[in-house]
Amino acid sequence: MMDLRGASPGQGEAAAPAPAVRFAPQVSHGDIRELRGPLLVVGGVHGVGWDEFATVDMARGECRHGLVLEVDHDLATLQVLESTDGMSLEGIRIRFDGRPLHVQVGTEWLGRVCNGRGEPLDGGPPVTGTATLPVSGWPLNPVYRDPPQEPVLTGISVIDGLATLVRGQKLPIFSVPGLPHLTLATQIAAQATAGGQTFRVVFAAMGLTHADIAYVRDRLEERSAGGELTLLLNAADDPVIERILTPRIALTIAEHLAYTEGHDVLVIMSDMTSYAEAVREVSAARREIPARRGYPGYLYSDLATLYERCGRVKGRDGSVTIVPVLTMPGGDITHPVPDLTGYITEGQIVLSQDVAARGIYPPVDVLSSLSRLMRSGAGKGRTREDHLDVAAQVLAALARARQATELAELVGEAALSETDRSYIKYRTLVEEGLFDQGRDEVRSLADTLDRAWAALAALPKQELTMLSTALLEKYLPKGDDGE
Amino acid sequence: MRVSGPLVEVEGVEGLSMLELITVGPQRIIAETVAIVGNKATLQAYEYTGGLKAGDVAAATGDELSGLMGPGLLGQVFDGLMRPLSSAPMWLTPERSGSLADPVVLAREWTFNPTAVAGTNVSPGDILGTVPESGSVEHRVLVPAGVFGELSWLAQESRVRGVDPIAVVAGTSVTLAEPSPIRRARPFRSRNTDAVPLHTGQRVLDLMFPVARGAAATVPGGFGTGKTMMLQQIAKWSDADVIVYVGCGERGNEMADVLAGLSQLEDARTGGKLIDRTVIIANTSNMPMMAREASIFTGITVAEYYRDMGYDVVVIADSTSRWAEALREFANRNGDLPAEEGYPANLSSELASFYERAGRVTTLGGQTASVTVIGAVSPPGGDMTEPVTTDSQRFVRSLWMLDRDLAYSRHYPAVSWTGSFARDAEELGAWHAANGRPDWAARRERAIALLAESDRLAELAEIIGSSSLPAQERVLLLGGRLLRDGVLMQNALNANDAFCSTGKAAALLDLVLDVVDACQRLIERGVSATTIEQVDLGPVLRAREECGPADAAAVRARGVEFLMELETLK
Repeated sequence: MMDLRGASPGQGEAAAPAPAVRFAPQVSHGDIRELRGPLLVVGGVHGVGWDEFATVDMARGECRHGLVLEVDHDLATLQVLESTDGMSLEGIRIRFDGRPLHVQVGTEWLGRVCNGRGEPLDGGPPVTGTATLPVSGWPLNPVYRDPPQEPVLTGISVIDGLATLVRGQKLPIFSVPGLPHLTLATQIAAQATAGGQTFRVVFAAMGLTHADIAYVRDRLEERSAGGELTLLLNAADDPVIERILTPRIALTIAEHLAYTEGHDVLVIMSDMTSYAEAVREVSAARREIPARRGYPGYLYSDLATLYERCGRVKGRDGSVTIVPVLTMPGGDITHPVPDLTGYITEGQIVLSQDVAARGIYPPVDVLSSLSRLMRSGAGKGRTREDHLDVAAQVLAALARARQATELAELVGEAALSETDRSYIKYRTLVEEGLFDQGRDEVRSLADTLDRAWAALAALPKQELTMLSTALLEKYLPKGDDGE
Repeated sequence: MRVSGPLVEVEGVEGLSMLELITVGPQRIIAETVAIVGNKATLQAYEYTGGLKAGDVAAATGDELSGLMGPGLLGQVFDGLMRPLSSAPMWLTPERSGSLADPVVLAREWTFNPTAVAGTNVSPGDILGTVPESGSVEHRVLVPAGVFGELSWLAQESRVRGVDPIAVVAGTSVTLAEPSPIRRARPFRSRNTDAVPLHTGQRVLDLMFPVARGAAATVPGGFGTGKTMMLQQIAKWSDADVIVYVGCGERGNEMADVLAGLSQLEDARTGGKLIDRTVIIANTSNMPMMAREASIFTGITVAEYYRDMGYDVVVIADSTSRWAEALREFANRNGDLPAEEGYPANLSSELASFYERAGRVTTLGGQTASVTVIGAVSPPGGDMTEPVTTDSQRFVRSLWMLDRDLAYSRHYPAVSWTGSFARDAEELGAWHAANGRPDWAARRERAIALLAESDRLAELAEIIGSSSLPAQERVLLLGGRLLRDGVLMQNALNANDAFCSTGKAAALLDLVLDVVDACQRLIERGVSATTIEQVDLGPVLRAREECGPADAAAVRARGVEFLMELETLK
């Protein structure tokens, strides 16, 4: 606690760039009372604060790390990041850091590959920085926020056209295991630009398989070599509890790059379901009363302290845009992790097995997907005057086309009205022409919108009720309009 | 001392009372007493407790959690503890002073214009004077509750600070601003029972599920159903004098958006900016959880403060679910036995204590004024049977249920016509009848019946195909679509459609019902349903976006033209 004042992010820049902040002499404690799951209870401690960071020295020189979850008189409960496996009540010494976990931040992180705790995996020296900040961050005063309004162009039609990402937004990808969510996330990371500028990317991997990690490293190698990428990798077989720290470190680095260094930063966090499971594991070990499906009642607030770290600040250049990726267990969107995420984030991109089965990449279920900030980031003066209306019309027509398809399955296509048949034709056109795209293909926004108009041209003109006469006049392809 | 997140237990603080504020630790974090056992007290801390340790100092303050009520609230943003955010730093670290001690607020000077006369007898609620503010809402300084007698001294027109006395009543000094405990309802004389509608400018609400001034409404909706958007529309367009917008555990970008949006928009009724009639309480989801719990009560206390001045106030709370989660979080850490879904057993009484502070009342000063409460609910997994949703429904007069299917087909506002209710509809119908719209209630009933019938037919048509339905029913099916797309749907981004006057709403509904009648007559004359279905309905559907927000005449003119054309069908 003694150090909190000097270490808050607002003032952190001014702090002396001291390497490896450690407080000597540290008192170490060896009175271990209890070991349970990831938890360790140590007695006889005084002056230890809640949420303090601690180092656990084991008998054979091994060193683990923990966070204080509760202090009760002279007892402190620690969650051990690397698990308590192999520990016994004897032979362990705990050193407390005197403050919550801090990391050094700075542009030195760019181009580096580290583990989930921020220790180098690329053979380089430990990452140093120009300031030291607490990883939990502080809430950004809402009065200082600038509402996000510049579009981020990803070159991916379904996103740019129908669920436009906006600089400073948090837009998650909801997926199910087996779908190409990582391909999509890395494609966004590789292609995204705002106002013609590329992003600095901070990628936090939580519980990803080694194959996935190799894929991500491979796909983003160019960005890494260019010094535009930071990778924090917690693999599926890495310590589970460590995952609780990984996104926090990533976001602390990102906030500094954005608000102090003035970069546009894109933070990709995958897989948030693994993160939430780590939170649940700690909660269960503490015997807390669970809310839904065993997840703790504070999961919403916990996720919010991550997702809410996106944004733009008045009078500063940079921005933090967050794309969390999560897999919905059993494809269930009402599962607590996607559900609570959806309540916090500004929309969602939902991937669906049905769409994937139709051979469409990216397999986005466009009707369930939404970017809440699109209305401020797209349209006249931002992208193109017809953008919002076209997007609304594409979606409304698609909803109707689905009904027509279902009806055709029951009564046969021949029994459909002519209008319904035109909707079925529209569906094929829009899926093949607009939604389906190559894994490296970059499409301009004009191209995307023109493809949307081309598909809409399959419908009778009186069905296009969401488009004004002036827009129809200007953009609707001529010649195909037989009605 | 024991610390577990926002729960802090302290020992040895003497003479504490329940709900008393205590400061703990070197940063003097504010905490509230929620349980006392012997010499131990359980506190809920309103800030991040990181670094708090056994042995830290705790000091009782003798105060309850209060907000400083005075001039300078309108157009400003406060956190859940009523501390101004505009004067707070960019990063909200725990070391900030309490709401009653913010140096910027305390130093600010106001012009006090006395209106009462010294030497007369005054009683609570009487106006002592006014303070001009930037907007059109006149700030009235009242005699506080419990203060009676002779007004022995009243300040001249002068520059005063909030803490300065402006009057002395029977020996009691009255200051310009007063601290008001947030957990206690401010007193009033009596509740009024007559129903007067609150015009929200949103057709689906004003026509189908109206809310009375001083009533409570709840808006349950899963994520992506447009809940926040709808609440923002109500904040912008409803015809109240003052709006209190409570962002309770919601997004920071959204609060920035509300602030920016209201600062740009003009108040059509007064010509000022909408922000000048709005107080924003922002406790975003990453701000300390327990201040979120307080923010709801802070908001309603501010609303009551303006009600006491004689204004109609609307409190919008987005979202009460986050507030309930804060209750649950604390109850769990405190080891309380959980009731449903981990929520504490007092959830419904807590909800009631919030919604029941709504009301249309005669104030202590004898004016008629109201606090209307609109609370959003975010049911987990869109499950409408979860405790916050079901409990809220018991305490409200209007329920605006948002439907995910409607939202997915981009039908906004996605208010479900089957799941929503308006318990005051009958009384409000009587009010409309007394105010020149005798057919309001009958038209509403016809619209509801048409929607229900067309929904039933749509289900049938999905099985057998619409072409197999009798012609009359195909027209009803078409009528349902016109009603949904041409009347109930409303485009918040369109300058003509974002707000809709009572007259235009009635004209649009009349237009659709007239078209349905005309089509039925055509069928009787032998025109085929297919012919009718192929008519370009664009003029009817686009009327809401192409006619001005209060231009009922244009809608009616368009209707006459369209019906004439329709009559020529063969």
